[in-house]
Amino acid sequence: MNNLIVYCEIEDGIIADVSLELLTKGRTLANKLNCKLAALVIGSNLDGIEKQLYPYGADIVYTADDARLYPYTSLPHTAIVCGLFREVEPQVCLMGATSIGRDLGPRVSSTLHSGLTADCTSLEIGPHEDKKAGKTYENLLYQIRPAFGGNIVATIVNPECRPQMATVREGVMKKEIYDANHQGEVVKLDVAKYVQDTDFVVEIIDRQMEKSKANIKGASIVVAGGYGMGSKEGFDMLYDLAGVLGGEVGASRAAVDAGYCEHERQIGQTGVTVRPKLYIACGISGQIQHIAGMQESSIIISINNDPNAPINTIADYVITGNVEDIIPKLIKYYKKNSK
Amino acid sequence: MSLKIVVLAKQVPDTRNVGKDAMKEDGTINRAALPAIFNPEDLNALEQALRLKEEHPGSTVTLLTMGPPRAAEIIREGMFRGADGGIVLTDRAFAGADTLATSYALSCAVRKIGDYDIIVGGRQAIDGDTAQVGPQIAEKLGIPQVTYAEEIISVADGKATIKRRLERGVETVTCPLPLVVTVNGSADECRPRNARRIQQYKYAKSPSEKAELESTALYDARPYLNIEEWSVNDVDADLNQVGLAGSPTKVKGIENVVFQAKESKRLEGTDAEIDELIQDLIANHTIG
Repeated sequence: MNNLIVYCEIEDGIIADVSLELLTKGRTLANKLNCKLAALVIGSNLDGIEKQLYPYGADIVYTADDARLYPYTSLPHTAIVCGLFREVEPQVCLMGATSIGRDLGPRVSSTLHSGLTADCTSLEIGPHEDKKAGKTYENLLYQIRPAFGGNIVATIVNPECRPQMATVREGVMKKEIYDANHQGEVVKLDVAKYVQDTDFVVEIIDRQMEKSKANIKGASIVVAGGYGMGSKEGFDMLYDLAGVLGGEVGASRAAVDAGYCEHERQIGQTGVTVRPKLYIACGISGQIQHIAGMQESSIIISINNDPNAPINTIADYVITGNVEDIIPKLIKYYKKNSK
Repeated sequence: MSLKIVVLAKQVPDTRNVGKDAMKEDGTINRAALPAIFNPEDLNALEQALRLKEEHPGSTVTLLTMGPPRAAEIIREGMFRGADGGIVLTDRAFAGADTLATSYALSCAVRKIGDYDIIVGGRQAIDGDTAQVGPQIAEKLGIPQVTYAEEIISVADGKATIKRRLERGVETVTCPLPLVVTVNGSADECRPRNARRIQQYKYAKSPSEKAELESTALYDARPYLNIEEWSVNDVDADLNQVGLAGSPTKVKGIENVVFQAKESKRLEGTDAEIDELIQDLIANHTIG
């Protein structure tokens, strides 16, 4: 009892990366809390799904299997999550900060009156003292998230209400196999016990999902452009460089807002977090919210005509100049030297 | 069929373009340096509401916001663009609310409004980016929610048909009324202010604003200029569920973000430098 539960998303029979990332993090937290790590999967045709979850450290896999439960709709999934949580009283629940987790999480937190922190960038376990009430708490979940456009980082705790709930964006936590031979147990939930027919009020009449085109999260080289690229056409140069180096193109929020690049390539707190071997920032000034999404890159090159651009402080190489001059040179000398 | 539409809106500091003066030296936020604006996605939501009003003659669009008395500014802004009127939910007792306490207070206000078919708001506010208040209000009112909406395609036969924009695709759903819809920034932009409506509503004021006037005779003659202001008592809210007391989440600490500065190599971008840089990156296997 009082375990840590990860709500796992599923698409076409495959557990979403964000859920495996949360299981990886959840395993570490569960070890600290000395509790079990449980995964909850709600969908249809879930036989054998545990095989995808055990290697990431799941001790218990709860499944709610019913044809009507896939694709996701809010009310039936809320009913199952809340019903299960009332029975097994988890101390922590983690969800992806996705269009599913951010639809489900708040509904569940409102039903159970438990605190939920959105878009955490770090999760830790620690004590808390409420001086006013003269109370101390051990082993609370520190839900750490940026606020105010990334200028501050706040640590949030839920001292009294359970479960302590948090959502985390895809790519923020690392996905790592815990033990390829790890085994757990499957607990099949009786769907009819939790869900009423009246929960199926929302009807999906059309659904067009595509595989993500860009894979910037997994790329070992990222060429990212900012507002300083000047236009959508300016980004063509970045695609040329990324193509030559075998990398992916990313963008700052300002460039995406200006329409230079599609949102799925946005890097930063409201986009993807990346940790490539090489990050080339082109015409990016480096607002904190962007830096937070790429600062763990191994080598950072900043190309900017402003020698005092904030991003330069975290760059390994600062090239002061115009991107239109520098990028063709990078391509030229890469071609020359790589042979 | 005419519709009663409630638009949830928030006045927020413009965090999108935070300048160097946004933080004070002691690490706290310099709110004075950030302009207060109509939360962008709430404007997208307002546009969806105004389109429904046009398609369904006789419909009303009421703005509801929670905040300090000055939040009446965004009610006026909404009226300039086509809303019929609005309510500012304001009380010191609401201060320090997290999303759950906020949604409780707003749901009490919606209950007081009483008669509603669609509640529509932005997906999230730019000062918190949580996207929680919409679904939590839906839960508290016991009605369904459709989040991440890009377009309310139609409302007919007691059902709304809505296109949702998700990370990797689109979904079209139907949902019976009443419901809560939260609208993405990818939805159509809100129409601009209408010159005639600015003339009509520029003197619209809330009780707090009228308190500074010498005469309020205008407001008796033109009741449509009254922006309503409701307190915790006006909406029969339980004091234990609002504000800091009603918030399960507590802020344990706040830190200023400081990144570890590296020792950078500075290059001018000459051919010789770039050539050497590329050779270094190949030599240490950063690029292949």
